[in-house]
Amino acid sequence: MASKQDSPMRAPGDPLSDGTAVPKKGFSGWLNKRLPVDEFVDSQLTGYYAPKNFNFWYFFGFIAIVVLVLQLVTGIFLTMFYKPGEATSFDSVQFIMREVDFGWLIRYLHSTGASAFFIVVYLHMFRAFLYGSYKAPRELLWIFGMLVYLALMAEAFMGYVLPWGNMSFWGAQVIVNLFGTIPVIGPGLVEWIRGDYAIADATLNRFFALHVVAVPLILLALVGLHLIALRRTGSNNPDGIEIKANLGPDGKPLDGIPFHPYYTVKDTVGIAAFLVVFALIVFYAPTLGGIFLESANFTVANPVSTPPDITPVWYFTPFYAILRAIPDQRLGALAMLLAIVAFFFLPWLDRSPVKSMRYKGWMSRAALTVFVISFVGLGIMGMRPPEGVYVVLGRVFAVLYFLFWILMPFYTRWERVRPVPQRVVYHAH
Amino acid sequence: MAEYVAVADEDVDQSRRKFLTTATISVGAVGVAFAAVPFIASWQPSERARAQGVPTELDVSKLEAGQMAVVLWRKQPIYVVRRTQEMLALLQNHNDRLKDPTSKDNIPSDQPEYTRNPDRSRTPAILVLIGICTHLGCLPKQRFAAGDAELGAWWPGGFLCPCHGSRFDLAGRVFDGSPASINLRIPPYSFSKETNLVIGVDEKGAA
Repeated sequence: MASKQDSPMRAPGDPLSDGTAVPKKGFSGWLNKRLPVDEFVDSQLTGYYAPKNFNFWYFFGFIAIVVLVLQLVTGIFLTMFYKPGEATSFDSVQFIMREVDFGWLIRYLHSTGASAFFIVVYLHMFRAFLYGSYKAPRELLWIFGMLVYLALMAEAFMGYVLPWGNMSFWGAQVIVNLFGTIPVIGPGLVEWIRGDYAIADATLNRFFALHVVAVPLILLALVGLHLIALRRTGSNNPDGIEIKANLGPDGKPLDGIPFHPYYTVKDTVGIAAFLVVFALIVFYAPTLGGIFLESANFTVANPVSTPPDITPVWYFTPFYAILRAIPDQRLGALAMLLAIVAFFFLPWLDRSPVKSMRYKGWMSRAALTVFVISFVGLGIMGMRPPEGVYVVLGRVFAVLYFLFWILMPFYTRWERVRPVPQRVVYHAH
Repeated sequence: MAEYVAVADEDVDQSRRKFLTTATISVGAVGVAFAAVPFIASWQPSERARAQGVPTELDVSKLEAGQMAVVLWRKQPIYVVRRTQEMLALLQNHNDRLKDPTSKDNIPSDQPEYTRNPDRSRTPAILVLIGICTHLGCLPKQRFAAGDAELGAWWPGGFLCPCHGSRFDLAGRVFDGSPASINLRIPPYSFSKETNLVIGVDEKGAA
């Protein structure tokens, strides 16, 4: 497609992809001579074609961006009232909750936003599992997405330390000590991360700096790369068919529609539905019964009193359950690391000739079902004390979890797949 | 006005260009490495944090038999237990249940020379441990009663970590089946008088 449409430099008066011209006159003409506004809208929105058969699973990428903005805005306002420090952190959070006008709302938006972010990202990732959105040529898109997920985990962990409640302190103690399991350099590394002989003021302050400046910058850069990679390959779709393979006489994909206005309008509906649920949680159950905010964190950090049992916030519990399932510290930490790293290899572990679960065989469907059950199961076990039946179930789920990854190259190759149609399956409404 | 003439590809001395590129990148990389040093070093414990790591004292004559005191040394909880004769006697009977009965896996800085004995202590009655689980850093809780209802009839008394269920005996040695793999660490300590325990100082000087 060596048409005018792809040329990066267009002068005012040159046509856009829809046949209209970049304006020459008026304020718009003045602006476009200096900033490629219309070109940008054209190349990224009105002239960017996405498959027409998206379903509700395609809401979550857009919702994730809205949540990111929500976290940035509420986070900026929280830093105006929050005072990092062993002696001030806990009290300043109480101050925000009780004395700053609407401080409670801003903080609950931020804390609920963190959980919402993970819910949305997990659903977004599940969509990729469902329709094979990680498969060639979208491997790098998937990897950038996974890096966003890692950055999000770091961001959430450090954010959880900032209120300096007792769970903040002991959560930080457990997570930072994970680095101590690295042979030889471990103990020195842990002291370097803490900046003291224990989790202390120095640790809290550096986590604050990382949480409000460093990691958000990395997160934004990675989200940018994720979107740039998406623009190169285009979106996958529920049928897992490349829409670029069927172009019309105008050079546009026959099964594609412009992102704007079609998907911007559709995503607005998704956002509205999301905000209804989100607002209900923020106003009526901001702690969600101890799942979004844990009760042990309503007492100040105490280095000589471990809470009865330490559990991370729900979004980390699947990996935490894997850590606890193995009765050896080094192997446990390694298994936890592998459980996360496995995701990065997904594009190469899936050897199926088809992308979408619609055309894969029963083995892939069964495996994905088992995987979801084991992931949720691990998440629930990670919230329970490490005793009796919870330990046994945790181990069973951990084995199933790893079997899903280990066996994937085999069942995706052996199973009989169904024929993939030439064009996307689409029923006009 | 100077004229600029494009140099034809074949006229470029590629080896010279490659050398210059490599040399520039190498010098730049060394510069980046040097520039990173202060930033990385800034994360080490500060002078103040180090100065606050002074020795801690405890009068052990006030400890009743079978009692434990917790003091802070370098912001870490130190467990000091006065063990009874029965407790010490029970220590000898469960070596087969321990991951590392002789603490050979503890590196020297985690267990001073004078505690490398079956009781892991200077004087058998007084046990001094860093009360941080070697698994992931929670505080193991006292479960000193032998035959504890939850832990089983064989339980000789010791510590149970509430976080991940690691179990240790009354010398801080880890039991089989625990997620922790290493026995509890022991800080350097000495007695300035017969009953005055000083944590953080021994014959080798302050830690």
